[in-house]
Amino acid sequence: MKLVVAIIKPSRLEEVRQALNSLDVHGMTVTEVKGYGRQKGHSEIYRGTEYAVHFLPKLKVEIAVDDGIADAVSAAIRDAAQTGRIGDGKIFILDLLAVTRIRTGETGASAL
Amino acid sequence: MTGFKTPLKIAGGVALASLLLSLPALGQDAAPAEEAAATLSEGVSADVVFILNSFLMILGGILVFWMAAGFAMVEAGMVRTKNVSMQLLKNVSLFAVACLMYYVIGYNLMYPLGNWAMGSDETGGYLGAFGIAVLEAVGITADGADDFSYAATSSDFFFQVMFCATTASIVSGTLAERIKLLPFLIFTAVLTALIYPIQASWKWGGGFLDSQFGFLDFAGSTVVHSVGGWAALAGVILLGARRGKYNADGSVNAMPGSSMPLATLGVFILWMGWYGFNGASQLAMGSVGDVADVGRIMANTNAGAVGGALAALILTAIIYKKVDLTFVLNGALAGLVAVTAEPLTPGLGTATLIGAVGGLIVVFSVPLLDRLKLDDVVGAIPVHLLAGIWGTIAVVFTNPDATLGGQLISIIIVGIFVFVVSFVVWFILKSIMGLRPTAEDEDLGLDKAEVGVEAYPEFK
Repeated sequence: MKLVVAIIKPSRLEEVRQALNSLDVHGMTVTEVKGYGRQKGHSEIYRGTEYAVHFLPKLKVEIAVDDGIADAVSAAIRDAAQTGRIGDGKIFILDLLAVTRIRTGETGASAL
Repeated sequence: MTGFKTPLKIAGGVALASLLLSLPALGQDAAPAEEAAATLSEGVSADVVFILNSFLMILGGILVFWMAAGFAMVEAGMVRTKNVSMQLLKNVSLFAVACLMYYVIGYNLMYPLGNWAMGSDETGGYLGAFGIAVLEAVGITADGADDFSYAATSSDFFFQVMFCATTASIVSGTLAERIKLLPFLIFTAVLTALIYPIQASWKWGGGFLDSQFGFLDFAGSTVVHSVGGWAALAGVILLGARRGKYNADGSVNAMPGSSMPLATLGVFILWMGWYGFNGASQLAMGSVGDVADVGRIMANTNAGAVGGALAALILTAIIYKKVDLTFVLNGALAGLVAVTAEPLTPGLGTATLIGAVGGLIVVFSVPLLDRLKLDDVVGAIPVHLLAGIWGTIAVVFTNPDATLGGQLISIIIVGIFVFVVSFVVWFILKSIMGLRPTAEDEDLGLDKAEVGVEAYPEFK
């Protein structure tokens, strides 16, 4: 099993969700995060003081998937989240050791 | 059908009898009737004048009271979320302390009505009377009034106590986010019991600034606003800036406020309250001239805010390429402060321009204070002290009874008195109990450290 972790622009969440739905992936966790890569922040000015905002708001989307579809999921996320401009984000794939469904106690692939 | 004929006849008979019986009475009372007619054709009776004057101040007091909500919202919006509860607590409690002090000692100190402890009406009053405020008895008639030519003492006290609380409110904005509650409230008690009433007596109580220098300050650009500003300035010098505000190399770190909607709401509330602050300071509404003046004052008050807001808007757009909302808000308030010294005599255009200069002052002086490492969180010193000084000077442009010398010397005397006494009080408090929370508490936020009630507990 794999854990697909994607850092995306907040405005692309709905497209990513729909793309994953069409792959029959129906569960995900979304966290509001801040970060930067090559995208520079921007400067703001408050009462005459200019200050740089380095961190930009992003969303972290985490999906636990079967090994077999990890690549397809990653590609789908990339297509949906891409805008072509700096700051589109990154996708990480991590090894997932174990999964448990809390309600029923199922483990492994049937818990995904 | 037959039922009402008899009652109708009886009623008709009673009416006719009443008319006939009253005719001699009308004849006997011919003289008073003529007098009543004479009074009506000249204006209103003395009773009605008293009533209208008192009503103006009752209404004005309610509006000035509402400014407390304005201050609370402006300050809550301009501080960070971790300090909002503390700021609100300061606003509510300083209001209560101010009103209590004004009742216990401030009112009579400010309005000794000739019974000066030091000085006299003729040669100059310096220290007013000591005693708690006493209102007229319940249900007075005209001869039970303290001053029948003016208004009910109750309405006068109710109106004036709000001015005292307003002065205290000014100080809390500057010193936000790094002052302990107790020393702040103790200072407020001294400010409202002694500092404010004593200097106010010099002008509004008929004291020496009024009688010896011809000082004019209609609604308190100096007496209220600059006083709050001087007290805040003394405090901010001794208190120091917020942790992390200024870097060693002189650069400044911005600490944006938590809620622009609250800050904006607060300004509109203050703007509305100012109609009472200035309008009701006419202290009279029982004649054609007086009520027209009250309306004129309100229109000019609005014009001042308008000028200040627009000046700040245009100026920040030019200087920073972006319009800073908080400057526009400050600008409107500075405009209001600027016209407060003389909201009656200018025309609408002049009032707008006077307010505009207030807005200019704010945009230039806020960064200046930062350069001096005076951390004024809401801009109260530019708005109330600097615009207040400007407004006091501007009186000479529209009111021929004012002299530049009289205005300037009064500004200086009040300034020295308030600043020095405030500085001493802040210094004593700093020495005895310290003014600041610990560094850890300041970083944690005063809501958690001192208040125990977070303003936004679900917002993590």
